[in-house]
Amino acid sequence: MANRVPIPTSNSSLIAMIADEDTIVGFLLAGVGNVDIRRKTNYLIVDSKTTVKQIEDAFKEFTTREDIAIVLISQFVANMIRFLVDSYNKPVPAILEIPSKDHPYDPAHDSVLSRVKYLFSAESVASDRR
Amino acid sequence: MSGQSQRLNVVPTVTMLGVVKARLVGATRGHALLKKKSDALTVQFRQILKKIVSTKESMGDIMKTSSFALTEAKYVAGDNIKHVVLENVKEASLRVRSRTENVAGVKLPKFDYTNDGEAAKNDLTGLARGGQQVQQCRGAYIKAIEVLVELASLQTSFLTLDDAIKTTNRRVNALENVVKPRLENTISYIKGELDELEREDFFRLKKIQGYKRREIERKMILAREQQLVEKLQLQKGVSFDASHNLLSGTGDKDEDIIF
Repeated sequence: MANRVPIPTSNSSLIAMIADEDTIVGFLLAGVGNVDIRRKTNYLIVDSKTTVKQIEDAFKEFTTREDIAIVLISQFVANMIRFLVDSYNKPVPAILEIPSKDHPYDPAHDSVLSRVKYLFSAESVASDRR
Repeated sequence: MSGQSQRLNVVPTVTMLGVVKARLVGATRGHALLKKKSDALTVQFRQILKKIVSTKESMGDIMKTSSFALTEAKYVAGDNIKHVVLENVKEASLRVRSRTENVAGVKLPKFDYTNDGEAAKNDLTGLARGGQQVQQCRGAYIKAIEVLVELASLQTSFLTLDDAIKTTNRRVNALENVVKPRLENTISYIKGELDELEREDFFRLKKIQGYKRREIERKMILAREQQLVEKLQLQKGVSFDASHNLLSGTGDKDEDIIF
């Protein structure tokens, strides 16, 4: 099992976010936000002026940072960089697609959930047949 | 099938037979163990699948509630509250602790969230108006984080388990369809070769035995014939040797006799 990624057991990791402003504000209020010495944030506010390149860079940065355990990403943002999200397959950090206020949640787009649903229905069909 | 005709390249000896048999026993045991592991993982996997589906669905509701709480807070405290919040970001108080759980030798990551900083820094947000709504909003989002963290750990477990099950099944199938038939073929090959060697040996021994017996018989016959001839000549009063000498002596010149 040489390709298995070792799971770091650090004491405390951060939750990163790529979402619209309202969602970010809410989570910041809850105390998720972090700004380090170099004024680097662990979140990216996506508005109408944000380019796809910026989102891609942020996604790549968050998924490679050591101290991040979970990346929350709004679904409409995830749809913009769908190819990156779909090709990401490491267990840590975990990518979570969350619904945002202006964009209703569509389970069909979620890369993990679609796999789950697929397996789930396949397995339930298989268990019915037995 | 390609696996049927294959066998290990070994010298067919009794020692090798023992070695290969031991390997077959090992492969069988390993296969049984891996099968058990795969079953245990699958059980865990199905539980996680069910949990993921239900949690994902509840996540929608919780996010809706928290968005609504934020809207309430914005309405009461004014829209500029978000600037206050964005400016006040310093150190994360809500963090994630990760630990590993061991299921049948597969390490699954589990996340727990910890709230250490105690809502100290945003305490004064919305002091002028709407403070209660802001606190409610905070509570709603913390609850949302709780669900999301749980979902994240389920999701990572899902991915890890998926991978582990795939590799385990691959190993089970490899043992069952490649390694075990190959070992069995090798065993039958060695047994066949040994049998053939034994037969060959047996045949050779038989052949030598037959050859020796025929030789003895031939000598016996010869000896008997000779005996018969000698007896005949004795009866006639001339020994075989004497008559021979007599015959052979005729060629020599006789000694001159002087009277």
